[in-house]
Amino acid sequence: MAHDHDHHHHHDHDHSELSETQLRVRALETILTEKGYVDPKALDAIVEMYETKIGPRNGAAVVAKAWTDPAFKQALLADATKAINALGHFARTGDHLIAVENTPQRHNMVVCTLCSCYPWEMLGLPPVWYKAAPYRSRAVKDPRGVLADFGVTLAKDTEIRVWDSTAETRFLVLPMRPAGTEGWSEDKLAELVTRDSMIGTGLPKAPAELKR
Amino acid sequence: MNGVHDMGGMDGFGKVEPEANEPTFHERWEGRVMAMVRAMGANGGVNIDSQRFARESLPPEVYLASSYYQKWFLAIENQLVEHKMVGADEVEAGHSLHTSPPLLRGPFTLDDVKRCATRGSFAREPQSPAAFKPGDKVRARNINPVTHTRLPRYVRGHVGTVERINGCHVFPDSNAHGKGDHPQWLYTVVFDAHELWGDDADPTLKVSIDAFEPYLERL
Repeated sequence: MAHDHDHHHHHDHDHSELSETQLRVRALETILTEKGYVDPKALDAIVEMYETKIGPRNGAAVVAKAWTDPAFKQALLADATKAINALGHFARTGDHLIAVENTPQRHNMVVCTLCSCYPWEMLGLPPVWYKAAPYRSRAVKDPRGVLADFGVTLAKDTEIRVWDSTAETRFLVLPMRPAGTEGWSEDKLAELVTRDSMIGTGLPKAPAELKR
Repeated sequence: MNGVHDMGGMDGFGKVEPEANEPTFHERWEGRVMAMVRAMGANGGVNIDSQRFARESLPPEVYLASSYYQKWFLAIENQLVEHKMVGADEVEAGHSLHTSPPLLRGPFTLDDVKRCATRGSFAREPQSPAAFKPGDKVRARNINPVTHTRLPRYVRGHVGTVERINGCHVFPDSNAHGKGDHPQWLYTVVFDAHELWGDDADPTLKVSIDAFEPYLERL
């Protein structure tokens, strides 16, 4: 195995020393291109799409809308894919998206213990920790321990519901609207909605955090 | 298969370590791997279930030591060779050396990228009425196939409650092995943590999985 890869540090690489993995990936792309299976420009476009267009801002806009529009929230909880596609805000959302609502009584958290299932269209590509063993192993058994790793503490009697994404359903957590945001616009509310708050490993920002 | 990928409830992997301002890709090759897998999947070279099985089938020590996109790369390379779309000699040479079968939906070009942005639908026409309804008590079957399954070990043999019916979907256990969609009803089944983890369980915790009908038996 190549040992060039490090999850937690982003360093500049000397491009004259290509790692084994880089060489093998490049070779496979050359083979698939020469066979006419893929156009490298189309691969460029996929990469660009996930780097610039599809990310947690999509999900945040949906959450902010649900916070301000009770009819939309009801539609979202009934059929998230249908409700989001009816907005026409962004590229079509795939089927089987399920929105789950946090309440003072219940906190939802999403995991994929078997691989890395994640609502790409709403949140972009999943972060490394979501796909890694510590989260996948512990979320279903010790979610409060996991939340502590994120600096989140819930009340002792809050029910925790963990959704293990074992099929092609996808889950989006609808976090609770922070206090002190009465009258805020959707755009301003969306700034409070973090990626982790839509996975259930975090909470939305407080209004004071936004000013900082 | 009972592989190391089935991690729910395992101990000893340590703390979750979120990275502040994590980039979409840490290295350029990761994006190329993601894009190749998406492209080959979109045009019918591989499918999502067969790719998952290919990742699960990596030797455990490789699975655990490899980064996410390294696993994706090793799995797609293995599978393309296995399906004779790419020759082992071509991998060695780093070039195409002979002709290969065409992709089901032809070459992946710029025109296909937009379609790639949205997940396809996995819903299929039901072959029979749903056997369970919300509120039914069910036991997750104690199955241990050496082939692909999406029933995690930590729920097998345990009793839960059907919470919702999610429609009738492609059955991964079949689709992963080129045996067709074999559509099955899909249910959200919720378990009390005590049922899964015993007396030490967090009393406030409930865990759900999405389970295909063949994974469940009526109590």
